[in-house]
Amino acid sequence: MAYDKFTILKSPAVPLPIENVDTDQIIPARFLKATERKGFGDNLFRDWRYNSDGTPKADFVLNNPTYKGKILVGGKNFGSGSSREHAAWAVYDYGFRAVVSSFFADIFKGNCLNIGVLPVQVSPQFLERIFTAIHANPDTELEINLPEQRITLLETGESEQFDISSYKKENLMNGFDDIDYLQNIKPEIQEFAKQLPL
Amino acid sequence: MSSTLFDKVWDSHVVRHIEGGPDVVFIDRHMIHEVTSPVAFLGLKNRGIKVLYPQRTFATADHNTPTINQHLPVADPLSANQLKALEANSAEHGISHWGLGHQKNGIVHVVGPEYGITQPGATIVCGDSHTSTHGAFGAIAFGIGTSEVEMVLASQCIMQPKPKKMRINITGSLGFGVTPKDVALFIISKLTTSGATGYFVEYAGKVFEEMTMEGRMTVCNLSIEMGARGGMIAPDETTFNYIKGREFTPKGEAWDKAMAYWQTLKTDADAVFDKEYTFDGSEIEPMITYGTNPGMGIGISKDIPNAEAVEGGKATYEKSLNYMGFHEGEAMIGKPVDYVFIGSCTNGRIEDFRAFASIVKGRHKAENVTAWLVPGSHIVEAKIKEEGLLDIFTEAGFVLRQPGCSACLAMNDDKIPAGKYAVSTSNRNFEGRQGPGSRTLLASPLVAAAAAVTGKVTDPRELMK
Ligand code: SF4
Repeated sequence: MAYDKFTILKSPAVPLPIENVDTDQIIPARFLKATERKGFGDNLFRDWRYNSDGTPKADFVLNNPTYKGKILVGGKNFGSGSSREHAAWAVYDYGFRAVVSSFFADIFKGNCLNIGVLPVQVSPQFLERIFTAIHANPDTELEINLPEQRITLLETGESEQFDISSYKKENLMNGFDDIDYLQNIKPEIQEFAKQLPL
Repeated sequence: MSSTLFDKVWDSHVVRHIEGGPDVVFIDRHMIHEVTSPVAFLGLKNRGIKVLYPQRTFATADHNTPTINQHLPVADPLSANQLKALEANSAEHGISHWGLGHQKNGIVHVVGPEYGITQPGATIVCGDSHTSTHGAFGAIAFGIGTSEVEMVLASQCIMQPKPKKMRINITGSLGFGVTPKDVALFIISKLTTSGATGYFVEYAGKVFEEMTMEGRMTVCNLSIEMGARGGMIAPDETTFNYIKGREFTPKGEAWDKAMAYWQTLKTDADAVFDKEYTFDGSEIEPMITYGTNPGMGIGISKDIPNAEAVEGGKATYEKSLNYMGFHEGEAMIGKPVDYVFIGSCTNGRIEDFRAFASIVKGRHKAENVTAWLVPGSHIVEAKIKEEGLLDIFTEAGFVLRQPGCSACLAMNDDKIPAGKYAVSTSNRNFEGRQGPGSRTLLASPLVAAAAAVTGKVTDPRELMK
């Protein structure tokens, strides 16, 4: 599925300083019943965001108009648990284009990269700096520069380099996905399959 | 050069390596289910692509299915729609489809091994993180996202960087009343839920060598709960005896050829792992979790640790205990239990029901407990009946339900109500995992049985004397 190309993102950020945010929180299983990829953002963090009667929980960050932006900043081990890509879809559909954390769960990270959400892994110290800066000024902006692989707190100029494979970087900057690539090497795959023992 | 079991299987499936990027890895077997596949098929349709190797993909409906009255139409229209989509997509692309009511229907990670789809040395993926289960056979098996499901349907390949390698050795023998589930919960409690992120794990040592295939499946199943991509165990006689003669395993000459290959699938003596842990099996107790991730587990006789003693932020820890309605320093023994769930791809196999029966036999379900007994497949269900376990359950006041994922993820009607405590043999105790507001205590089938007959958290060893 096509997604917005990613180059440089400048935005305030929404802080969620909780560790081990699992994909069941990002999108609970009962909202996985769709057969199309539509509307998942409405149920992003459903049970943290809404009471059981559907009224918003005032103390949850997504319901707090002070915080906004296209960047979600989460605590360590973000996205653990289920492989449901719906979690990444919900993040994208809600309007986030990047998630920042000091550590990501593997499958969630891969899912994000496949659908055009950039996972930015920073040091625990830099993560703390970001949380502190947002806390002091909710309008503070972050810049995520994918070509240079750099994240910057614009107010102070503090910045950090982040890792991404050159292949995935290329994909995100151009809006390509892996299926485009795989389609092009189909004959090679079919040849390979012939010599497999199973 | 010496290599690990993981290297041998992974390297033999690499179609090409992309400089500065992932490997293109060929996938031997692909399992799909109703929840994570519809959008992948939609993607194929939009691109105008057919499934490349339909005979390598197997479809079963499990996540979203009712566990009673399966002969009736599925009441929830959204669930019914997903089931229909799976059926239609499978038919369109020529994929074997074991839908609701089909004799081979069941939880994807239970039926794969039962029918011999799971084999040593294979690469196996499914849009479900507990695909790691199949690693018990010396396969590389892991969960993938829907974009990757689409990739595998389109090209039979995925694109991933090769993970790092970890070995977890458990020496010695397990004590009385200690099961594979306890081994897994013990390891996760030591490594935490992110301790193996970025790694593929090999389990080794006497405890695993002596373990049954079903036990190995339970352990590998839970690999993902410490963040690992997957876990695997070298195939041995136990493995070969288990798979021989199953529907999809090779026969005759093909079997001999396969065996010759499978026997080479072990880690070389001098192979090096990026990380290695060793634990003593005799130190493991029956385990139970007290928090909202599977790493928050303790020996059942222990008290809930103080925040200072656990890794991770105090705020996160307090939030978790608060959700559970527990306090630091409290004992787990004696905590009242409202629900008991035995089932899931972690503990929904026949040995699990035998263990459960061994304790409830001659006792009675506690008044305050609602119990859901959900077999992982029709084969498990049939064995429960054949072996007389059903009679034991019925006499003790329990009812057997029909196969499916059920309360493991509570997508169907099997939801634990808000605020209630469930001792559950499944794999996740996340907030709301078993229904909004539900509180889950993960444990083995023995601990679940002890809770079911006493109505509270009880050391099963007390009932096994
Ligand atoms: S039983 Fe639970 S973990 Fe296993 S496949 Fe079903 S939902 Fe996934």
